[in-house]
Amino acid sequence: MNIITVRNLVKKFKDFAAVDDITFDVKEGELFGLLGPNGAGKTTTIRMLTTLLSATSGSATVAGFDVSKNKSDVRQNIGIVFQEPALDKQLTARENLDFHARMYGLKKDVRRERLQAVLNLVELTDKQDALVETFSGGMQRRLEIARGLMHAPKVLFLDEPTLGLDAQTRRKIWEYILRLNQTQHTTILLTTHYMEEADILCQRVGIIDRGKIVAIDTPKNLKNIIGADVITLEVESGDGQAFRNLPFVNELVEHGSAISLSLTNGEHQIPPLMEFAQSHGIRIKSVELHKPSLEDVFLRLTGTTIRERNTS
Amino acid sequence: MKPIQIQAVHVLWIREIKRTWRAKSRVIGTIIMPLFFLIFLGSGFRRARLPGMPDGIDYMSYLIPGVVGMSLLFRSMFGGLQVLWDKEFGFLKEIMVTPVSRLSIVLGRIAGSTTIALAQSFMILFLSILIGFRFTSLPGFILAVIFMILIAFTFIGLGLSFASRMKDMHGFQLIMNFVIFPIFFLSGALYPVQGLPRFLKPLVYLNPLTYGIDGLRQGLVGTSSFPVWLDFAILSFFCLGIVTIGSLLFETSDVGQ
Repeated sequence: MNIITVRNLVKKFKDFAAVDDITFDVKEGELFGLLGPNGAGKTTTIRMLTTLLSATSGSATVAGFDVSKNKSDVRQNIGIVFQEPALDKQLTARENLDFHARMYGLKKDVRRERLQAVLNLVELTDKQDALVETFSGGMQRRLEIARGLMHAPKVLFLDEPTLGLDAQTRRKIWEYILRLNQTQHTTILLTTHYMEEADILCQRVGIIDRGKIVAIDTPKNLKNIIGADVITLEVESGDGQAFRNLPFVNELVEHGSAISLSLTNGEHQIPPLMEFAQSHGIRIKSVELHKPSLEDVFLRLTGTTIRERNTS
Repeated sequence: MKPIQIQAVHVLWIREIKRTWRAKSRVIGTIIMPLFFLIFLGSGFRRARLPGMPDGIDYMSYLIPGVVGMSLLFRSMFGGLQVLWDKEFGFLKEIMVTPVSRLSIVLGRIAGSTTIALAQSFMILFLSILIGFRFTSLPGFILAVIFMILIAFTFIGLGLSFASRMKDMHGFQLIMNFVIFPIFFLSGALYPVQGLPRFLKPLVYLNPLTYGIDGLRQGLVGTSSFPVWLDFAILSFFCLGIVTIGSLLFETSDVGQ
């Protein structure tokens, strides 16, 4: 059962298409991710799905309701944690949660019970009466996740949930997200530019670049596009394309001053690669070997890595 | 969906009050200016007779409704502009993504800001009593409160209109200087409008605050330049118009970053 359906969704700002005709579905209870660099259109997509922005064309439904025709029905059924903080810092944690609960029309006993439950989930129970302005970035993000759950939404949207957080807090938040999806069966749609995050959390990932979705599948299937190992060489001079001729090289992608080769048993292929380079007048600056990641998938499908896209 | 969610209006109201209560220094700050006007202008111009001032009224008594009006103007505009604060600090997104009707959100803001504006006005009146001011009568006082509420609604609506079209707080100073101060000085708060040059008169008559202050003066001191029913009618008309425009602009505004 699809709980989110998106059909040919487009958002143009003047002539620029931030979201350029995307189509995808998310199944009920799924943990789905949109992976892509900054500016790919992830936040714009979420804003349209959460009724904060109207589409230029195309349609979408969330929890069975059309996002343009039944806005308040959609809003009743979704929770969202925004990329930028959206807490009232002059109120306490509990007051922020209580405010949210009342805005969603929850009755007193439901409010009280949920409040303690969500605070427990994100481990902020003992800080509930502190003003939010005293919270660290990680604590604020946890509080926002708790808040998004107060009204037990069918779908929770997370826009870059661990952006700017330290590694330890990031792992904690991944735990909460996984626990949430596994125990409450809340459908979760998250956006991220961290490939690790998409890989670890998501059951399916949609790779998005420049407003278009270039692939949707499970992380495992996506990585299988690459095959086995990836060796990345920084080439100083000479014709890097020549490596294509080697029988054990499956694929070759050139990006910037580097060349990524996909092959099997990478560790054993490095010596023959170096010999080949030497005999063909190719000067190598550095060699790096790793198992395929979603970053490699992005590179294969778009011609640049997420990191390179972010800095261009 | 029902047009108004009472629980939401209520929590938005309470939120305004809590936030203001917790920023007490800012509250004191906004009450200081009208108070200083009252004390210093009032004592400085103690013996002044200005053309158009009714007989039997000293300047201090003439000034007090003007100062109350001033405090209402500033507080209410600021209350309406609070939306910008929420926009800039991100909280507006949270409000707009809930299933609460836009009308409820506007009503909550009006309720909260009016409460604060009235509380501030009562404080000023209380302090005026300490320096010798006396109300004319109880019905007069009730009339004054009605005008206070109308003035508050009107300028919350105006603040809301501006806030709905602005992206962040940067234009705030401009609004202070080119909107709030002219409205204040061309309202009869500090001196009778009769004395103003002819080319300014149209602005005076188009200024909702003019009718508000006039009505306040009738209620608190017992004199006014225009008939009170006229003040009430014109102010109500402005109030309804501006609040409606403000609500419509808010409905179609974007939620910021």
